[in-house]
Amino acid sequence: MSDLDAFRAEVRAWLEANCPPEMREPIRDEDDVCWGGRKWVFKNEAQKQWLEACVSKGYTVPDWPKAYGGAGLTAEQTKVLKQEMKRINARSPLDSFGIWMLGPALLQFGTEEQKVHYLNQIARGEIRWCQGYSEPGSGSDLVSLQTFGEDKGDHWVVNGSKIWTSYADKADWIFCLVRTDKANKYQGITFMLFDMESKGVTTKPILLISGNSPFCETFFDDVEVPKTQFVGELNRGWDVAKYLLGHEREMISGGGAGGDMVSIGALFAKSLGRNDHGELDDPILRAEMAAFDVDVFAYRAMGERFMDMWKTGRAHPASSNMMKYVGTELNKRRHELVMSGGGSDALEWDSPETKGGARPRGWLRTKANSIEGGTSEVMLNVIAKRILDLPGA
Amino acid sequence: MPLYHNDDQAMLKDSVAPFVAEQAPVAHLRKLRDQADATGFSRDLWAQFVEMGLPGMLVPEEHGGLGMGHIEAGIVLEEIGRNLTPSPFLSTSVGAVAALAKAGGTQAARWLPAIAGGEAIVALAIDEGAKHRPDRIATTATRAGNGFRLDGKKSFVLHGHVADMSIVAARTDGGITLFAVPKDAKGLTADPRRLVDSSLASHVTLDGVEVDADAVIGEVDAGGDVLDALLAATRTGAAAEMVGVGQGAMDMTVTYLKERKQFGKLIGEFQALQHRAAHLYGEMEVARATVMKAQELLDQGSDGARLMVSVAKAKAGRAANLAVREGVQMHGGIGMTDEYDIGLYMKRDRALAEFMGDVHYHIDQVARMNGY
Repeated sequence: MSDLDAFRAEVRAWLEANCPPEMREPIRDEDDVCWGGRKWVFKNEAQKQWLEACVSKGYTVPDWPKAYGGAGLTAEQTKVLKQEMKRINARSPLDSFGIWMLGPALLQFGTEEQKVHYLNQIARGEIRWCQGYSEPGSGSDLVSLQTFGEDKGDHWVVNGSKIWTSYADKADWIFCLVRTDKANKYQGITFMLFDMESKGVTTKPILLISGNSPFCETFFDDVEVPKTQFVGELNRGWDVAKYLLGHEREMISGGGAGGDMVSIGALFAKSLGRNDHGELDDPILRAEMAAFDVDVFAYRAMGERFMDMWKTGRAHPASSNMMKYVGTELNKRRHELVMSGGGSDALEWDSPETKGGARPRGWLRTKANSIEGGTSEVMLNVIAKRILDLPGA
Repeated sequence: MPLYHNDDQAMLKDSVAPFVAEQAPVAHLRKLRDQADATGFSRDLWAQFVEMGLPGMLVPEEHGGLGMGHIEAGIVLEEIGRNLTPSPFLSTSVGAVAALAKAGGTQAARWLPAIAGGEAIVALAIDEGAKHRPDRIATTATRAGNGFRLDGKKSFVLHGHVADMSIVAARTDGGITLFAVPKDAKGLTADPRRLVDSSLASHVTLDGVEVDADAVIGEVDAGGDVLDALLAATRTGAAAEMVGVGQGAMDMTVTYLKERKQFGKLIGEFQALQHRAAHLYGEMEVARATVMKAQELLDQGSDGARLMVSVAKAKAGRAANLAVREGVQMHGGIGMTDEYDIGLYMKRDRALAEFMGDVHYHIDQVARMNGY
């Protein structure tokens, strides 16, 4: 038996013993996803147990070093763990922007002290982070951001506002791009970390077309941030931000974008009915769904290849932009088909039978996929410039 | 297994890519075409393939081959695609070998060493009409004397007119049976037609062709599995070749965008073209990953291979088609000329897209395999 086979057997046994049956059920509601943090209320005992079991094993962040709360697994071992979790339909024990975004940035740019402190908090699900990037006047042109941190010796005084801050009202801390040098566009931004309970921080949820408010406006009014709380070099926060955007794109593309990756046609076979040949009784919609299924299965292979190459340093550094572009466009297409498949039932906005309009709200939510974290158009610009090396891009 | 080439596979690519590019670039295809070559490929080039051991890549070692897998064969096919090299490799060394190796027995022992040694070209006589419909095979094989008598018509048989043996799929009393029909069989005629990509494909007539009982590849009435193996390997191979065609067309086009000037600018500076080129890049990358996944699953003998093979043929078909269409359009007027190579990519892509099931066929298969 190879080492990897032995590891697989060990993981399988551990999962069997530690993953509660309730955590092997498909995710039905938003609070089935555990985000952790100071304000988190566990939905049930199983969710708590599963998180604690994974924390003790380092499996919330399996490929991080043990000193920072991970399990120190290799890329291959991590893949085995994911495969084994998928095999029993185990839910993710902990989802967070700390794991997907801040963590990788700290691993790359953080001091040893920062890594030990913040990464362990993230791995244990103690602190929920949000991301302060976009501003009302700085969307795709992010580097034009104006939120300013005035140097007061041992601390900054931060003033300004951020927008599209995901779950800012639920987060404990923020990682935030703040201008610290007005004379220098790219090299005048510092990547700061601070507590959302700091004096002068307020958040205001934004009502979206989906009728939900996953994003906030976040205002900073003379917020004091100690000058120890920044990542990387002073005024070089843009480097950290760019690195982190790569991970954000990786997350959006790798995790959510393809949706749950099951055949969409199979999902609708029952509700749409079948003809005498057992085919979906709507030939044009069947054809569109099947063409979509081809793209979903293809994208799943792409995701596997991308992760295999990314984790071993073989991927083009800008390839996460391609993954983000393809994945988010695919997810929007999925939800268009979900709406078509659902017919007038999928138009119901708040009926109990539709779980409060889950389908139309989900459909509308996906329209943001190709805007947040860099628009599809920006992704195409980056691919054209950095991968295809086209002139003047 | 990670979904990228391992060191051995990367080395294979490093030796095959320059070999094909030097010995059989697009100019090689042009030369054969302009000479109205009647064989459909260069036997000299095939002899060089033999020297490198390529025809027997997939042939098991006990039959004199290299015992490699579909990922390795795909490396060769991608280069064949990128250079538009006319070659019997896909039919002979991938499709026929997959069927013979799956079936084993007399015919495997007879033909696999000959393929590995470069002594046999094998054609695949599957289709019977203008579209690929392997579930509607009407060619019949009836018991006669010591063996069978074959009657029917086959079409789109690449290399059919020069093949030393054709694998013929026919209907027997209780199912499908595959036969190895040698070229000199009485009643077998192959009528080669020049296709849009300058390749030669035959309309094959089987008019009371008599074969011995041992001409059966695998078991009588139980040829479905062998046929499936043949189809899966050939479709995956065609998809790999299309990735090469699409990549070749895309690379040529991106290069052109960096050279051609209009309105005082390189046309690659225009965002309208940049975005389309970037979109194409994404589609090609996804197609490449998909084909590699299908190859991996075939090599593992996985149950999931069948689905992924259809996904790969469909996805590579879509991506390569986009590559050649964008290629001709972005080249502008020069892309319409025979002198420029991009049009040749469009023609080869069209032929490969049709071979062993087009995009629509495989999308439909994906729906069926998912139960709708």
